[in-house]
Amino acid sequence: MNQTYAVAAVSAVVLATVLIGALGLRISRTTSDFYVASRTVGPGLNAAAISGEYLSAASFLGIAGLVLLQGPEMLWYPVGYTAGYLVLLVLVAAPLRRSGAYTLSDFAEARLESPQARRLASLFVVGIGWLYLLPQLQGAGLTLEILTGAPDWVGGLVVAVVVTGAVAAGGMRSITFVQAFQYWLKLTALLVPALFLVTAWWGDGAPRARFDAPAVFREHTTVTVDDTVRVDVEAPLTLTVSGRVDSTAYEQDRVTLGEGGHRIEAGTTLSFPAGAHVPERAATGGDPLGWSQPLADGRDGHQLYATYGLILATFLGTMGLPHVAVRFYTSPDGRTARRTTLVVLGLVGGFYLLPPVYGALGRIYAPELTLTGAADAAVLVLPDRVVGGTAGELLGALLAGGAFAAFLSTASGLTMSVAGVLSQDVLPSRGVRHFRLATVLAMAVPLAVSLVATNVPVADAVGLAFAVSASSFCPLLVLGIWWRRLTPPGAMAGLVVGGGAALTAVMATRAGLAPKGWAHTLMAWPALWSVPLGFLTMVAVSLATPGRVPAGTPAILARLHLPEDLAGRPRPPGQPEGAGR
Amino acid sequence: MSGATGIALAALTAAGAVLLAAGFALGRLTARRAGKDVQDLGTPVERATFHTLHTASLAAPPLRAGLTEDTARKAARRLRSLLGTEALCLTDRTAVLAWDGPGGDHHRDQVVERVAEVLGSGRGQSVRAACDEPDCPLRWAVIAPLTGEEGVLGALVAYGSRESAVLVRAATEVARWVSVQLELAELDRSRTRLIEAEIRALRAQISPHFIFNSLAAIASFVRTDPERARELLLEFADFTRYSFRRHGEFTQLADELRSIEQYLALAGARFGDRLQVTLQVAPEVLPVTLPFLCLQPLVENAVKHGLEDSRTTCRVTIAAEDAGAEAVVTIEDDGVGMEPDVLRAVLAGERPPTSGIGLSNVDERLRQVYGDDYGLVAETGVGAGMKVTVRIPKYRAGVHRDPPSPVQE
Repeated sequence: MNQTYAVAAVSAVVLATVLIGALGLRISRTTSDFYVASRTVGPGLNAAAISGEYLSAASFLGIAGLVLLQGPEMLWYPVGYTAGYLVLLVLVAAPLRRSGAYTLSDFAEARLESPQARRLASLFVVGIGWLYLLPQLQGAGLTLEILTGAPDWVGGLVVAVVVTGAVAAGGMRSITFVQAFQYWLKLTALLVPALFLVTAWWGDGAPRARFDAPAVFREHTTVTVDDTVRVDVEAPLTLTVSGRVDSTAYEQDRVTLGEGGHRIEAGTTLSFPAGAHVPERAATGGDPLGWSQPLADGRDGHQLYATYGLILATFLGTMGLPHVAVRFYTSPDGRTARRTTLVVLGLVGGFYLLPPVYGALGRIYAPELTLTGAADAAVLVLPDRVVGGTAGELLGALLAGGAFAAFLSTASGLTMSVAGVLSQDVLPSRGVRHFRLATVLAMAVPLAVSLVATNVPVADAVGLAFAVSASSFCPLLVLGIWWRRLTPPGAMAGLVVGGGAALTAVMATRAGLAPKGWAHTLMAWPALWSVPLGFLTMVAVSLATPGRVPAGTPAILARLHLPEDLAGRPRPPGQPEGAGR
Repeated sequence: MSGATGIALAALTAAGAVLLAAGFALGRLTARRAGKDVQDLGTPVERATFHTLHTASLAAPPLRAGLTEDTARKAARRLRSLLGTEALCLTDRTAVLAWDGPGGDHHRDQVVERVAEVLGSGRGQSVRAACDEPDCPLRWAVIAPLTGEEGVLGALVAYGSRESAVLVRAATEVARWVSVQLELAELDRSRTRLIEAEIRALRAQISPHFIFNSLAAIASFVRTDPERARELLLEFADFTRYSFRRHGEFTQLADELRSIEQYLALAGARFGDRLQVTLQVAPEVLPVTLPFLCLQPLVENAVKHGLEDSRTTCRVTIAAEDAGAEAVVTIEDDGVGMEPDVLRAVLAGERPPTSGIGLSNVDERLRQVYGDDYGLVAETGVGAGMKVTVRIPKYRAGVHRDPPSPVQE
């Protein structure tokens, strides 16, 4: 792939982001241009901003990779990512806006009138923010590595520096415009190449992607394996090998691999003849693919459970993502917040139609990715593979730019909200300088972790963030909005038990501490038990402490549920003082 | 291999977290132990004093909110343990507010009659509690009046099993202490009333000069440019409706800015090209809630300062920016400026402000609502113009937007 185009595209995206962010729409207006104040951010713009911030690397690269590897079962990811907004729309959006809260910690304080609950919520906001930032940085590293061959930490560093700089310098002055721009950029970057790819595929006789059988090499293909892998071969396979397979060294030798498992060492080059089946990568405990394995692996019987785990985590986790909640503050009132969410559903849903197309095409045209494990790269390599020539390179550059937009927008949104919470609740508040310090801190921690822990799949930590968010903030928001007997001790216990359990479970799985079989499935997909656990703890402890129901609960609930122009009116019209005027 | 790195890292993180938690627990434990070993907390008398003072300080916060059923209930428990009596009762002028201890069922009704005498005379008394139940421990009652600035507010009744001069003395002293707390509560209320009065004064302040000047300016357009005159009149109507609205302490930045725009349009009609205004507003901060009329006086100030030197034009720049969890509003003029020491004195309230109550009032209200970190920041010098910066947190407990004013008031 031609590096020049790709680097130019990435640089253009970075530059555009910094410029719009820092200088932005600082168009001065004079008094002749009236009613600036009435130009609040409309639902359309705000929805594009929310979508732009929300569609991260996991959406742009990860989903196509998963579909390529494991087929249509993976479509639950985009469905879940989208449907989260449906739950948000129905249960949370308008009341959250009416509460006047800017961050989720603000909501905890407003609803529970308890500074301790606020502090605990802040901890979870920062934790979820960091968990979500991590894969963004790693995805950026992967993208830049594929495009330019730079070491994989460079991309993460670039994103971290750009985002920290932009946020700290200007506080992203016109962040709504930046994020809305990023959404349309991402959509364009995915849509235009997709049209070309589909046209080329059509011209190619529209070959069908088969997910029920191993993928097939369409032409003679040479693959270099970067990491040592175990593969399962279902039928005897003849190929040319340079390197070590099953502890035997080969040098351009023709080898026939028999049925069963084989070990291919790092650095081995395999040449497959056209029509050969792609050997399937075998899952092992510490394998980076292991996390998503239960969902695809129908054979061990845990698939149904894992699917429901995923559905629950993504459906209920969206509302607890710090950078999503913060955006609703920009809506002028509850009704607009609801309308915004509706538009987000449309925008996000439209976007998610595209990644599966790349996944399916990747299964046909880039099947060796299932072997090398770099399936996240499917979106980036396809134009070169299918269209080829300068056109392919240009399309590839467009996709690279889009992918970088994905990292930048999500990372900047997350950094903003994490830094906001850090400067408000963790560091002693002293104006703008502390906000800058908080920005650096907000980015430094995930950057440090991403430099140490390489090659964790992009969807992995995103899923973890969703599970923790669904088990902690979902109960807090839903019960806080809809249940008048919630007490501060109940909410705090629920946060700790539900969110803590989800966090522990997934961390333990990541560390390889979980035993095989059902226990592993339960711990890798905690949402199905940790969300009810969070809800139950919150309800039980609240019922046990009826004396601690905050005194202002009826007033707050009235404010949350009544339209703004009804709630809080000091006296109904027609009373003496009103009539006297 | 990368997977191994991931596992090692996750394991390391988990181990680190466990170690941290263990260290924390250990630290707490040893700290507590150490506290137990070193028991230099004074003689028993001193410790009893500390205990009494501590109990008294616990009872103070509820009383600072005034004498209501809720606060009395919270305070009565603490006060009873302070006095060490069988039962304790707090009343207002007409009814029992709180009863702590046994005997509330049958003594409650009598106590109101007894208290009525004390309320009339304003003097405490010790009386025998007429009780028919043989095993009731409440035999004697000490009734002490609770006084505020406006006379007797209620009474504190302490019940003992026998007549005791100590109880009389103690109950009287505690009643006096409670009275002080209630007076402080009244002070708080009057401070709030003062601030409300100042807001009303701010509203009233807008009227005379500004209304006269605006109407004169509009009148000058009636013949030459009737359409403009009509528009200005509508601006004027909107502006006065917002500024004179009666209810609500808070408003949205969007509403405040709109009112400022109207003000500037009217001022522009009067001063023509001499007044140039630039607005830079980030749409993200428009929904921020802030104290009512806290920016408009600053803009008035800027316009006044800018046009004081009558020969030149004046540029006023109003910017509202998004800064994370805060909105930053700056109001800048290139007018005559001010000696910084003079401004400091005006803000500190040591010197009567030259024009209206603008700056110091806004500063005070911001500090009262958001805390001392959020006061006005003004940069100025003689001949160097003035720049006033206001930081407004996007969320603060207790700051709620009031609904937009109904059209007919």
